[in-house]
Amino acid sequence: MAVTTSDTHVPGASVFDRLEALLPFVSKPIQYVGGELNAVQKPWDSVDVHWALMYPDAYEVGAPNQGVQILYEVINERADALAERTYAVWPDLEKLMREHQVPQFTVDSHRALGDFDVVGMSFSTELGYTNMLTAIDLAGVPVLAAERDDSHPIVVAGGHAAFNPETIAEFVDAAVMGDGEEAVLLITDIVRDWKNEGCPEGRVGLLRRLALTGVIYVPRFYDVEYLEDGRIKRIVPNEADIPWRVRKFTLMDLDSWPYPKAPLVPLAETVHERMSVEIFRGCTRGCRFCQAGMITRPVRERSITGIAEMVDNGLCKTGYEEVGLLSLSSADHTEIAEIAKGLADRYQGTETALSLPSTRVDAFNIDLANELSRNGRRSGLTFAPEGGSERMRKVINKQVTEEDLIRTVSAAYGAGWRQVKLYFMVGLPTETDEDVMQVAELAREVIKAGRAASGRRDIRCTVSIGGFVPKPHTPFQWAGQLNHEATDARLHKLRDAIRADREYGKSIGLRYHDGKPGIVEGLLSRGDRRVGRVILQAWRDGARFDGWSEHFSFDRWMNAAAVALADEPVDVDWFTTRERQQSEVLPWGHLDSGLDADWLWEDWQDSLSEVGVEDCRWTPCFDCGVCDQMETEIQVGPTGVVTLPMPTVRTTAVLAEIDA
Amino acid sequence: MSRKPPERDVALAVQKLRVHYAKRGRLRFSSHRDFQRALERALRRAEVPMAYSAGFSPHPKISYANSAPTGVASEAEYVEIGVTKQCDPERMRIALDDALPAGLDVVDVVTAATPDFVNRLEASRWCFELPGVDVSTAQAAADAFLGHSEVIVERLMKNGIRKFDTREAVLSLTVSGESGVSGSQGSGAGDSYAILEVVTRHVTPSVRPDDLLAALRIAAHLVPPVPPRVTRLAQGPLIPGSTEIGDPFAPDRAALVSTN
Ligand code: B12
Ligand code: SF4
Repeated sequence: MAVTTSDTHVPGASVFDRLEALLPFVSKPIQYVGGELNAVQKPWDSVDVHWALMYPDAYEVGAPNQGVQILYEVINERADALAERTYAVWPDLEKLMREHQVPQFTVDSHRALGDFDVVGMSFSTELGYTNMLTAIDLAGVPVLAAERDDSHPIVVAGGHAAFNPETIAEFVDAAVMGDGEEAVLLITDIVRDWKNEGCPEGRVGLLRRLALTGVIYVPRFYDVEYLEDGRIKRIVPNEADIPWRVRKFTLMDLDSWPYPKAPLVPLAETVHERMSVEIFRGCTRGCRFCQAGMITRPVRERSITGIAEMVDNGLCKTGYEEVGLLSLSSADHTEIAEIAKGLADRYQGTETALSLPSTRVDAFNIDLANELSRNGRRSGLTFAPEGGSERMRKVINKQVTEEDLIRTVSAAYGAGWRQVKLYFMVGLPTETDEDVMQVAELAREVIKAGRAASGRRDIRCTVSIGGFVPKPHTPFQWAGQLNHEATDARLHKLRDAIRADREYGKSIGLRYHDGKPGIVEGLLSRGDRRVGRVILQAWRDGARFDGWSEHFSFDRWMNAAAVALADEPVDVDWFTTRERQQSEVLPWGHLDSGLDADWLWEDWQDSLSEVGVEDCRWTPCFDCGVCDQMETEIQVGPTGVVTLPMPTVRTTAVLAEIDA
Repeated sequence: MSRKPPERDVALAVQKLRVHYAKRGRLRFSSHRDFQRALERALRRAEVPMAYSAGFSPHPKISYANSAPTGVASEAEYVEIGVTKQCDPERMRIALDDALPAGLDVVDVVTAATPDFVNRLEASRWCFELPGVDVSTAQAAADAFLGHSEVIVERLMKNGIRKFDTREAVLSLTVSGESGVSGSQGSGAGDSYAILEVVTRHVTPSVRPDDLLAALRIAAHLVPPVPPRVTRLAQGPLIPGSTEIGDPFAPDRAALVSTN
């Protein structure tokens, strides 16, 4: 049963009263009430454009998300717009909302989602697609874009998992690739002007204006034609003037975008209980499996001054006691040593901890970790060799030798760390059982070296293994994905080898998941519009929270695919385990992430011949196409500025007179 | 190489402050842990010179007392905080109230001048708003409940289901409210509205609002059509010979006046 908003509902009015009556019956009600520190509420009629931003997963995962927090602030800083947030509701509340006709709501002012002009969906992962359908449906808005009318919001997708929006083309009205800051400003302008002009040509008129920009993809203006065998023949605009290709957004000069300026501090417990400062965007290491690294090029660093100001300001505004210096590969910032030292000095003796998620496998990393943990807290050290064998690491372009790794972990254990985490992937292109068994070998060497360096036997190493899923806009976009049976077989073989090891096995922890969810992620990642029907079917059959193992059902997805693709020459294997040829038109071929398709193909071929590429942050450009295409350039230091700006001077207002 | 806890000023608490706060509106859905996190962040934002415990993972010296359950609003929650520099209670009240999200409101702060604060919290006064329940129905239920010498309820605790009496802890139960033209609009809740005020003594296991509702259901078949809104109105010492609750800060205020 879909939720229908009642006739007496005033747009923008709070539905909290109705929601409140349901909250005593659901788990963790605090996640639905909002009221976070630094949240913004604006009167509905005070602005022209109303945005609802959704992170389509549970509040505990969505609330700390940087992307949404940034866009929330960027929009709310405008006088003519407001933004509120909404997250996926758990099945217990969904059921009650359907029974009691309570619509999907925002947590800021508890407004009905259907009242907004624009619903911005932030997709970090494809596994959020079904949650989007639940929310749209609970809002009383048709899940199929074609069935929406002028009274409904437009649904715009963004985030990394919107770089191939074809699988959700039937559900979203538009999609944006790349950095969202300027995108939401542009969309706000266009919606405002269109509304102020009296909404000429209705919904289609608005969508056309968005499409004509060349940076916003509106699926309805593109037709997909197929070949007999199921491959795509071509994707063509179906109206004059609609651009053939759509470009991604790239934000330059991060220092002038110091968002979030007032990070939200949730009351509920979340997965990320700390403040985050993004120290650069993009990554140039060129790991071939890494979509995030490929699609966020070029590298743009925030300056040491900009970072220090954000840390200082953020701490004042939030009261967090830990600051994460985030990016895709934080230890690669050209001035990271100065940043780490400067901040560690400044916060010495306070209870403020600094952290740096890092996967760099070298001694430099240990120095940094030592610097940052000066204040006492020592979280585990994590390294990501990703491939078990030297050969595999060449294939994926993760330029780490076994010697590097052993030297680094020895240094870590020697410096007092007891526990080291190692990340690997299984199912990489050209991988054999032997390559995966090398993981066990490597882990043994790590423990051996660790025992020698620390002189103790109680040191440990945890091996975490993820299944590789080929992603669009990467050199592996043509690769065949390993089927789940073979993935599981390799993992079990590895597990047995570690278990059988009497000398070292007990010191090695192994964490992995079975291969089935990866196949669904693969289907959603590299699918085309036909996969949209699978999503709809799976959702109708109950698919929700697909990223959560307790809610995920492989069989449900496979059954849905069998039904939805029954009349097509393609199936799940065709989308996942099949290798593609260079000539094949890819579903995202008309979407320009800046990477040159020929360069990507060459890199794929290099990979198969086990040839690496260098990091263009340190070595000359290897022509991946991004900088040319986007008229951008890498923005890196060193700037030579090494001193941090003065912290904000505040007067402690609580002390008694005698001390003040 | 063994690691020593880092050098840091583990200054001793020179003063303890007792904070009276309220949990209002939508933040009644915050849990005790939610409040703890919010308070610790607010203390840092307000730059309160917190005293910390020593060791690898130092934690601020804060003692919590008897917090109201998740979903129950409260006008009377208490917490005690150790600081390393003398603080002015009124300034602290303002700064802390400012640093906490709206809905977690600081009502009063005093310097602790007496021991055994928690023992002073002898009883609570609860208010149950029952939309859709007729005053006469509520009165009948109250009478039935009070007429029993024992009303046993069950609650799931850490070590399984436990049965305990709720009747003895209830010192008073009064009914007020409005009787409207019930059910005329066909809306589930109708227009009538009963309010129960209950004074409970703090016993072990504690008798919580949920237990009282269960007891009214068991003893008097009272089943509210919508979930009641519950608020703790007061918490503190029982004034001898009455069921009134006194101000738990009174001894601290008195001690301060006498030293000044
Ligand atoms: C880098 C990264 C990290 C880094 C840094 C995080 C950061 N910078 O925020 C670190 C290592 C710290 C990290 C940690 C975690 N992460 Co992480 N992380 C990522 C990753 C790869 C990129 C995120 C990123 O670049 N953020 C930077 C912000 C600024 O970019 P953004 O969110 O993409 O938003 C921009 C644009 O995309 C765009 N945009 C976004 N939404 C929208 C919407 C609209 C309408 C528009 C127009 C534009 C737009 O505008 C934004 C501003 O430019 C994502 C995967 C992904 N593909 O996104 C996972 C990801 C978000 N992480 C994930 C998880 C689970 C975690 C952890 C919880 C893991 C764990 N169990 O510990 C922790 C979090 C807490 C902790 N304990 O540390 C999951 C979330 C799963 C989910 N269900 O949603 C993801 C999706 C990875 C995955 N596939 O599993 N992570
Ligand atoms: S270092 Fe490699 S895996 Fe990490 S973000 Fe960069 S390209 Fe991706």
